[in-house]
Amino acid sequence: MTLDKIAIFGATSAVAQELARLLAGEGRSLILVGRSSERLDAMKGDLLARGAPNVVSATADLADCSRHRELVQMVTQAFPDIDSAVIAYGTLLDQEECAHSPELAVQELHTNFLSQASLLTVLADYFAHRRAGQIVAITSVAGDRGRRSNYVYGSAKGGTSLFVQGLRCRLHGTGVGVITVKPGPIDTPMTAHLPKTHLFTTPELVAQSIHSAMKRGSSRVIYVPAYWRLLMAIIRAIPESIYQRLPLP
Amino acid sequence: MADMKSGAYSSWGNYPRVEHSSVHKMYWTDQVKGIVDASPPQSLLAYGLGRSYGDSCLNQGRSLIDCSRLNRILAFDKKTGHLRCEAGTSLDEILKIGVPQGWFLPVTPGTKFVTVGGAIANDVHGKNHHRAGCFGNHVRSIRLLRSDCGPVTCSPQENADMFSATIAGLGLTGIILSAEIQLRPISSSQIESESIPFQSLDAFLQLSNESDQAFEYTVAWIDCFSNENLRGIFFRGNHAESGDLRPHREPGIAVPFVMPEALLNRLTVGLFNSAYYGWNSLRSRKARTHYDSFFYPLDAVRRWNLIYGRKGLLQYQFVLPPGNTSALSMILRTIREAGQGSFLAVLKRFGAIASPGILSFPRPGLTLALDFPVRGERTFRLMETLDRFVADAGGALYPAKDARMSPEMFKLSFPRWKEFQEYIDPKLSSSFIRRVVTE
Repeated sequence: MTLDKIAIFGATSAVAQELARLLAGEGRSLILVGRSSERLDAMKGDLLARGAPNVVSATADLADCSRHRELVQMVTQAFPDIDSAVIAYGTLLDQEECAHSPELAVQELHTNFLSQASLLTVLADYFAHRRAGQIVAITSVAGDRGRRSNYVYGSAKGGTSLFVQGLRCRLHGTGVGVITVKPGPIDTPMTAHLPKTHLFTTPELVAQSIHSAMKRGSSRVIYVPAYWRLLMAIIRAIPESIYQRLPLP
Repeated sequence: MADMKSGAYSSWGNYPRVEHSSVHKMYWTDQVKGIVDASPPQSLLAYGLGRSYGDSCLNQGRSLIDCSRLNRILAFDKKTGHLRCEAGTSLDEILKIGVPQGWFLPVTPGTKFVTVGGAIANDVHGKNHHRAGCFGNHVRSIRLLRSDCGPVTCSPQENADMFSATIAGLGLTGIILSAEIQLRPISSSQIESESIPFQSLDAFLQLSNESDQAFEYTVAWIDCFSNENLRGIFFRGNHAESGDLRPHREPGIAVPFVMPEALLNRLTVGLFNSAYYGWNSLRSRKARTHYDSFFYPLDAVRRWNLIYGRKGLLQYQFVLPPGNTSALSMILRTIREAGQGSFLAVLKRFGAIASPGILSFPRPGLTLALDFPVRGERTFRLMETLDRFVADAGGALYPAKDARMSPEMFKLSFPRWKEFQEYIDPKLSSSFIRRVVTE
């Protein structure tokens, strides 16, 4: 498939930055959407130096759903015929605090699920109309089963995974590919406060996997690293009565 | 931004081993100010890729700011070769981006895995010192974050005194956020190189004399276990005038774990040296090689420092003013007699180009870099003996390689140290500076 112009929503996230570098190195044009214009500018110079012929940036608070239509319109006007849209933003609030604060729990769900559902809806219509293109959503293995250490974040990610799964069915046969990316924990600013276990992977590795899935083009679900597919299959298969007693984090 | 205790931050020599009270990992330059503002006096030091050998990149019991993720190219003008980047950008990345466009580093040390911030802070030099001077000679401007006055831009024209203090300033004059450097044009990624065996110090000097005019890069490896007559291999080269512009590849192999200390001994190093000398004197003298194997042979093996064992290694690099060949002979004899010679002994004649850096190490004369596995007291005693020869000859030691020089030796090496002290940022410090400047 063609992959000349790529829009990244949440471009300053660690994984998105590494992905953008890989795409820039192949001479693809990029449109970066993020909150901080200063950070987007720093990325822009880097991507141009690495070979991107054109880099455009737009500042937006992606949690603000009321602006999604306008934002996608602006992006697609600045950059007609986008080939791929990557949703790479998200937050990871402290589970302990979320567990006891309805406001924080809702906020976490809003950013990681509701706002993404909103943006995906607008993007789905855009690509369905074009009858071409690709949607890439980065969710998480945390969404595969509720766990005591991260169920607020996990349920948001799980919600998005289900949403994207449905979207994949809706867009089947339209020429639009839909890719779900489920990484394990990644060593990024978002997880800086967590102790690093051997299960942590790097943004570079996740970006490489996303990059090759994007190039293959077809709709799919990828786990990064790939062993998470097996690990989560096992975890999902444990009966609830046993699972809740397990000392899993 | 991380705020974690970590023993994972060491220097390349793995000596000394120190603990830091915290490490702040930076992802964006705008995060640095918050950390600096919240820190007490003399508590912080920027850390890049940890390729300084001794303790100049360490800050025992205090904090590090890990800048290795501040690695963005901010602007690269393919017509002029001006490249502005964040301080944690590695020379490795600059080569990957610059070489395909016909631009090379103006000066490069023996590894490409150093950051631009580190190259500035240590004012690194390379095989072209006689032609191009130090890294600092090619820095167009530096953006520095000072705890007392905020961001400062300094260059040879603007805030020139702060610029001179920051070049070779050991990272102590403020946190380097970004810098602009001038790259050097090339028309090929190949080097036309020659290797010439020599059998005496005089022969080396003669080779230097005749090569420094016609060759941009000159350096020699010496066998410090050779007898009275020094033997070695003189390497010289120029960028090829035609060819492709192909950047290097990723290193393939790594030393998997810390090797036992007994591995490096008089016998194995002696054998290596003889074999290396023999192989280089047999093979053809002229060759066309990729820049990666000419400049960075050790980069091919990741974590090669682990062959020095658990106790680590000490580097010893000094410069002797011109006309001190007898002191050099004495030093080599002392090492040989101590039976502690190394296999990475590198000899080079520095040229006359002065660096802007107040604490810059290179100066006209001969420089020799040696590495020694740490073997307890006797290694340190040997170095103290060598210090006396260096001091008597009016020479200097290189802070980037040092983990043990005395305050006296530092002050003899850098007579302008007091002037430099005025520029130290009140919130910055390092294990090295506390060791050599004890008030």
